[in-house]
Amino acid sequence: MRLTCPICGERDRREFYYKGDAVALSRPDPDAGEAAWDSYMHLRDNPAGQTRDLWYHASGCGAWIAVTRDTVTHEILKTELAGEAHNAAG
Amino acid sequence: MRLDKAALIDRGSKLRFSFDGVGYTAHPGDTLASALMANGVRLVGRSFKYHRPRGVVAAGSDEPNALVTIGQGAEQDPNVRATVQEVFDGLSARSQNRWPSLGFDAMGVNDLFAPFLGAGFYYKTFMWPKAFWEKLYEPVIRRAAGLGALSGLPNEAKYEKAFAYCDLLVIGAGPAGLMAALSAARAGADVILADEDARMGGRLLAETGEVDGRPGVEWAEATIAELTQMPNVRLMPRTTVTGAYDQGTFGALERVASHLADPPADMPRECFWRIVARAAVLAGGALERQIAFQNNDRPGIMTASAARAYANRWAVAPGRRVAVFGNNAGIYQTARDLMAAGIEVPVVVDTREGAAEDVGTRVIEGAVVAGADGRKGVREIVVRRPNGAVRFAAEGLAVSGGWNPAVHLTCHMGGRPEWDAELAAFVPRRGAVPGLFPAGAARGVFGTAGCLADGARVADEALTALGHKPQALNVPRAEDGAYDIAPMWVVPGKGRAWLDFQNDVTAKDVRQAAAENFQSVEHMKRYTTQGMATDQGKGSSVQALAILADATGRTVSETGTTTFRPPYSPVSIAAMGAGGQGKGFAPERLTTSHAATLEMGAPMMEAGLWYRPSYFPKAGETTWREACDREAAMVRDSVGVCDVSTLGKIDIQGPGAAALLDFVYTGTFSTLKEGRVRYGLMLREDGTVMDDGTTARIGPQHYVMTTTTAAAGQVMQHLDFVTQCLRPDLDVAFTSVTEHWAQFAVAGPRAKELLEGLCDGPIDLPFMGCGPVSVGGLAGRLFRISFSGEHAYEIALPARYGDALFRALVARAEELGGGAYGMEALNVLRIEKGFITHAEIHGRVTAFDVGMQGMVSAKKDCVGKTMSQRAGLMDPGRERLVGLRPVDGGELPMIGGAHLFAEGDAPVRVNDQGYITSVAFCPALGESRALGFLKRGPDRMGERIKAVDHVRGETVICEVVDPVAFDREGGRLRD
Repeated sequence: MRLTCPICGERDRREFYYKGDAVALSRPDPDAGEAAWDSYMHLRDNPAGQTRDLWYHASGCGAWIAVTRDTVTHEILKTELAGEAHNAAG
Repeated sequence: MRLDKAALIDRGSKLRFSFDGVGYTAHPGDTLASALMANGVRLVGRSFKYHRPRGVVAAGSDEPNALVTIGQGAEQDPNVRATVQEVFDGLSARSQNRWPSLGFDAMGVNDLFAPFLGAGFYYKTFMWPKAFWEKLYEPVIRRAAGLGALSGLPNEAKYEKAFAYCDLLVIGAGPAGLMAALSAARAGADVILADEDARMGGRLLAETGEVDGRPGVEWAEATIAELTQMPNVRLMPRTTVTGAYDQGTFGALERVASHLADPPADMPRECFWRIVARAAVLAGGALERQIAFQNNDRPGIMTASAARAYANRWAVAPGRRVAVFGNNAGIYQTARDLMAAGIEVPVVVDTREGAAEDVGTRVIEGAVVAGADGRKGVREIVVRRPNGAVRFAAEGLAVSGGWNPAVHLTCHMGGRPEWDAELAAFVPRRGAVPGLFPAGAARGVFGTAGCLADGARVADEALTALGHKPQALNVPRAEDGAYDIAPMWVVPGKGRAWLDFQNDVTAKDVRQAAAENFQSVEHMKRYTTQGMATDQGKGSSVQALAILADATGRTVSETGTTTFRPPYSPVSIAAMGAGGQGKGFAPERLTTSHAATLEMGAPMMEAGLWYRPSYFPKAGETTWREACDREAAMVRDSVGVCDVSTLGKIDIQGPGAAALLDFVYTGTFSTLKEGRVRYGLMLREDGTVMDDGTTARIGPQHYVMTTTTAAAGQVMQHLDFVTQCLRPDLDVAFTSVTEHWAQFAVAGPRAKELLEGLCDGPIDLPFMGCGPVSVGGLAGRLFRISFSGEHAYEIALPARYGDALFRALVARAEELGGGAYGMEALNVLRIEKGFITHAEIHGRVTAFDVGMQGMVSAKKDCVGKTMSQRAGLMDPGRERLVGLRPVDGGELPMIGGAHLFAEGDAPVRVNDQGYITSVAFCPALGESRALGFLKRGPDRMGERIKAVDHVRGETVICEVVDPVAFDREGGRLRD
């Protein structure tokens, strides 16, 4: 598997650490309530198809990357720096 | 038997090798299989289950029978295919799965019990009593049935791993692969051409047909010579592409030195490649299958293509008389080639009617070979026609049941092949692996001319997809006959007709599986073991599927195939894990004081990848405890020195530095004054403690954070996550400076005195203060922090001065009645003080559990705060940090990990009240102390509790006490 780090270019997946769903970018407010925090911490979809998750270029530049990929075809559809993805999410 | 004809071997030089201790000779160019055949050795192995005598049946990596063990001792390499192993001078090979010898195998008695040992035998017979399986049945079965054995010794041979990149990877260097590589190379693409054979050319090396008016071998040589000259082409012989993976990644095993008699010391035996290709052409060819009949496993019976290869390429044959049998036109070319090589072909048996060719010997149409005689090597075959049977004497039989395209790589990403009824074979599904283009025989285009044209065409297709402009290439001339196959899988009749030679599966076993309702192809495979082990059914699976289809009234297409998984052929774990053993798996991280520490005789212990001293023994001390007690007392009485450079150090700067620290720590660091240090607790977002440490503010926008040794990497990653994913608004930069600074703890009542004798100028720091320091004119940092409970400092200089600083600190400490102390004493000192380490914050405890809930600031948000306030994490009934002392005083046995129970309760799981995390004998107290977690712990001070170590069988009655045992007011560290 190959991932394109927006800073370093295309690299082998062994250089990356996998965190999980990119929902981690959308941290609720401290007082958002139990349901919001429960959802943020624990509830995950398991899609057959498009998904977006966070990878860390641990053996590279240290960038956190939001990767959009397809769990069925294994196609990598998009990679972007997590900071930019976070700002875009607003 | 070696034939007197031209071949691709160097008859001018001789190689000596041995098989089962008998010496033989061979020529360069020989494989072990061809060399054994040249020496008249037909019996090369015993089968897995029935221990039936077996011989060579193939000429490549699909060989199921001729598995041998190469080498001795730790270098011993089992299950090497004799058809792939090149002979070198001094090669020593042994047969497998036989006792006492290959010729007389006592386990051959299994064959007599065959009626009882059919499909599913193990499942049905050894079910009861249950306990017998592990102790009796399995060990006995495993000894009786098996392949080669490992040596049991550590493998000291060198293995390597490597990455390669190219525009086009061409897999297989036969006619299709060579044309594909040539086409791509001339178009300017970066090309890797990989072939599993030692010599490139594929079937052109084994066939007699001409290409462009000259022998195919010569055309192949000329083409390879051209490719070799081109800077954009890399040729990789002896390299099997073993798997296709995502985004154009391929695994490949290169046998670098396993063909050399005396490889250079630094040469790896094998190299596992990860090849990243923008596109790939699969030109791996096709594999010939047999037709099953009674005793079709007798040595001397092989595929027709193997018989041609042995005769044409290596000038060997299994005997003087070799018959031919098959269901397609290839049998006539086989007969011609064998006869041209001087072999007598007594008969050609064609299953078809009306397709006979005049090859100058007897041809019997509409007939089958129904049986073979000769236990350790075929002597006679039985040819059956509707009107009766005829026997022919033969020392060999070349069989063709048709060809299976090597579709394996196209199926490695979940794709299934398609059944082509006309070819009676599975062919690759288009686009099954993105960017992988099958060509030639691998996609069912059989024949040399077809492969040459298809290789060029498919390469052009791949290049166009990459945006290259293909060059028009002249396709060389060659002639192909018709294939003209009439499918036949098994010859009807009595007796055992063998499909999977490696697993001893017969046609009857497959029918029996179907009859017992194992009708899914995956069930049939597992019930019969058809298609398992090293060859993965390369020569037999399609026949088995066809028989299953027949038995279940389905078409082959409806029956489908089992799943093809990597690797295509076996890859040693040593090659795949190259670089991952020993120090490659766990590199050593050494502190700057390492050399001096070893000079002082300190035994080292591992702390993650770091090596740290356990203790510094003195003359006359015979146990570690004596040294540890002395060092702990030394710190309390005078002064001790300890290397603490392994703690993670992260330099944090920028306008957002304070806000970042406020967000990652439970406490507040924006209010920390310059020149001061504060203890911080870091949580995971789920509310659990991640790490702790001190952070110093050394400038308005400049902090230095320390982490524990264990969590340094995790904290760095966490800071990256927080700043990039959660708080990209913060203007802050940070970097790890762990290796930049050598840092030493100087602890004890005479610490200040020691430093003042060493540093340039007086030392005047308050407790939890920090500031610059100068040592011999060198700028360093000084922190007044303590992990021992004593008046203590940590002094840091750039790492290149670490060795000198450590030696100077220890020398001065010794002058003051102190010295160096190790991890054991450090642990004692912190347990006396109730300071926690990762023994306590082990990933399941909260700030509340360690009594630090008060450190979670109410005034601000931080990572983990919200979740840490969940009711379940603030429940007073949770296991919480306590100290424990033996009620009778004195020494506790070392029962870290012991569980806690009420004194009157049975020590069983349901009564569990907690556990011990750390234990030490504390010289300052004259008794042992433990730290642990106990339900409602802080409310139970003074209670008696029972600590039970089930592993060591120890029980101790303890008193619950405050975790802080020594100097509870902290006067000593503040002065």
